[in-house]
Amino acid sequence: MADSFDEMNGWGGSDPRAAYGEIRRWLDETPPEILQTRHAQAELLFRRTGITFSVYGDAEGAERLIPFDVVPRVLTAAEWNRLEQGLVQRVEALNLLLADLYGGQEIIKAGVIPPELVTGNPQYQLAVAGHVPPQGVFVHIAGIDLVRTGPDDFYVLEDNARTPSGVSYMLENREMMLRLFPELLQRAQVAPVETYPDLLLETLRSVSPDGADGDAGIVVLTPGPHNSAFYEHSFLADKMGVELVEGADLFVRDDRVFMRTTEGPRRVDVIYRRIDDAYLDPLFFRPDSTLGVPGLLTAYLAGNVAIANAVGTGVADDKAMYSYMPEIIRFYMGREPLLANVPTWRCREAEHLSYVLDHLPELVVKEVDGSGGYGMLVGPHATKAQIAGFAAKLRAAPEKFIAQPTLALSTCPTLSDGRIQPRHVDLRPFVLTGAKGVKVVPGGLTRVALAPGSLVVNSSQGGGTKDTWVSG
Amino acid sequence: MPMLSRTAANLFWTGRYIERADFVCRLVDATARLASLPSTYGGDPTAWTGALASAGVADAFADTGLEPSELNITPFLTIGAANPSSIRNCLERARGNARAVRTALTREAWESLNGAWHEVERFTGPRLSRARAGELVEMVRRAVLAFDGSAHRTMLRDDAYWFLQLGAAMERADNTARLLDVKYHLLLPRDEAVGGSLDYFQWATILRTVSALTAYRWVYRDTVKPWLVADLLIFNTQMPRSLASCYGEIVELLDHLGEGSGRRGPAHRVAGSVQLGLEGTDIDQVFASGLHEFINRFLADNNQLGAAVAEQFLF
Repeated sequence: MADSFDEMNGWGGSDPRAAYGEIRRWLDETPPEILQTRHAQAELLFRRTGITFSVYGDAEGAERLIPFDVVPRVLTAAEWNRLEQGLVQRVEALNLLLADLYGGQEIIKAGVIPPELVTGNPQYQLAVAGHVPPQGVFVHIAGIDLVRTGPDDFYVLEDNARTPSGVSYMLENREMMLRLFPELLQRAQVAPVETYPDLLLETLRSVSPDGADGDAGIVVLTPGPHNSAFYEHSFLADKMGVELVEGADLFVRDDRVFMRTTEGPRRVDVIYRRIDDAYLDPLFFRPDSTLGVPGLLTAYLAGNVAIANAVGTGVADDKAMYSYMPEIIRFYMGREPLLANVPTWRCREAEHLSYVLDHLPELVVKEVDGSGGYGMLVGPHATKAQIAGFAAKLRAAPEKFIAQPTLALSTCPTLSDGRIQPRHVDLRPFVLTGAKGVKVVPGGLTRVALAPGSLVVNSSQGGGTKDTWVSG
Repeated sequence: MPMLSRTAANLFWTGRYIERADFVCRLVDATARLASLPSTYGGDPTAWTGALASAGVADAFADTGLEPSELNITPFLTIGAANPSSIRNCLERARGNARAVRTALTREAWESLNGAWHEVERFTGPRLSRARAGELVEMVRRAVLAFDGSAHRTMLRDDAYWFLQLGAAMERADNTARLLDVKYHLLLPRDEAVGGSLDYFQWATILRTVSALTAYRWVYRDTVKPWLVADLLIFNTQMPRSLASCYGEIVELLDHLGEGSGRRGPAHRVAGSVQLGLEGTDIDQVFASGLHEFINRFLADNNQLGAAVAEQFLF
């Protein structure tokens, strides 16, 4: 751990950083038992509110809490400004990329990315090729995962351009901190995040097919209460004051979408969907899907409904495409990327593959279309047998994998076993794109790996969350 | 404002299940009291089997093959997994319905329900002492009051609220009618020395089950007489659990629900005719034509209203 940068105490824990001045003072004057009590209070309140998630394939843990750490993570306003510009640039590029991939494919013609990234990608939805979504926006809501390795070193670890989740935790964690430690937030001058639901509503309204319309019928489409993120779906619908619908609540007539109400059909113009492409419309995608709406894609192609995020955005956020993001940004924006990528080896390329196979014990290998921390190899933490097994998988289908160096992720002070200890963190800011441009609320979701030395922050794998402060 | 039909149905059932949980709580409470009386004072060894019938779960209990004793019936009524109307199952279903439409409830209303469900989870069987059962009943009664209070204080008076109340009012009518159905033979007028009947404790139990023992005295200023108990539970419009009160409320709620569209449907017609029937009858006529028949007809009408609501609001 000595080689990790600690965001409160700097390198080697001996270089206190000004950003954490208030936090350090607070931790010094608050006995750990008090923190532990507050932590227990927070869990009780989260459970009472029903802020839970479900883990797939976990029979007993039907509804579990995501562990919440009471010690906030702090970014300075200057750090945030830099990140924000990079995020805006990156998401603008993602939208331009998608418009191009489903349009003239200039980037392939120019030889910047290989055609098989698109043609061989199951996330490329041929059904919507040539279709321009309302207001030309593809990725309305993006979650860009960032990691930090030093005072000025931030990297994009992953782009999430399909249905990124976690924003409800960003908002609820702040509410919890305001409830538990109001005076601390005031002292630290923390930028508010509570405007997110309004910005999201504004974003969705702005892409209504009939132009920005105050009466647009907006809904959140959820797979239902059994989905792991159901709480978030209901939370967002509630905060925006729009209906939370399931597929069966919607139907399509004359290429228009309606919801079934107690007073008959009501028109729907914008759907913030939290279900995957494959389940959206059984007539086009998976015929066995009961989550979607038959005919929805026809209505979409007729331009009568906006779907956020647009159909087919998955082609832009897989890890193979990710490795080309610096080139993609240069191609569309004519500028250098403001946020760096983590160096990435594409196993589809022979030289890269042989390098990866030679260096597995020091690399992280991921499936290009995997998510949630599943199906990955963390070389330094793997046994010889696991590495040998993974090497075989790699040789069998190299195009399915990318590899990255094991980064020395930054750590933040975290309450663990009754005392404050450094734990690795990442950051997922949420980036909104509407007809009027790109917006980011200051902060995001900080995920923390609660086990000592662990680098896996995914909530499905025992990670926790922290409130994220942009301060000063 | 129209609302999703699925949401309306979920709210309706949330209201019903919460009301049923509350009824079973009072039933368990009143029955425990009746069963604990010495037999010379009307203590009734069959009190618990009577409670099963009043809750409408006598058959479900028979299916368990257990001996019908307090030891077996108390856990069955309170936390029994095999009992669709156990307090625990009612809360679980109310919460399940509410969770699917989280956005239609205020945070306060949802939290009172969610909190109660987590509390009930701590009561595990198969045995449940009388004291533990008492704790459970007390906790749930408070939770139901908290839910009603938060709904009353925090929810918009819109369709979501009306559907929640509609479910509750229909369930309340159903519960009162079922209680009368099981106990009707105790309420038939007879020539007996006033105050000398051992049935007194049965009548008091009926009143306790609908929280109306004190109310009875205020209304009639008289000792407990069986025909007046029937009158209170059927016709008295001041008594919130009487059939007449419930239908007054149901008709009002349906009017609210019709305001948005200006349309009236089958539910309005069924509820209106039941209410009219209640207004045009008194307790003497009911006894003349048969209390049991009257109650059976009412239960059938209430079921028909359930079907009409589902039809009209596209559940």
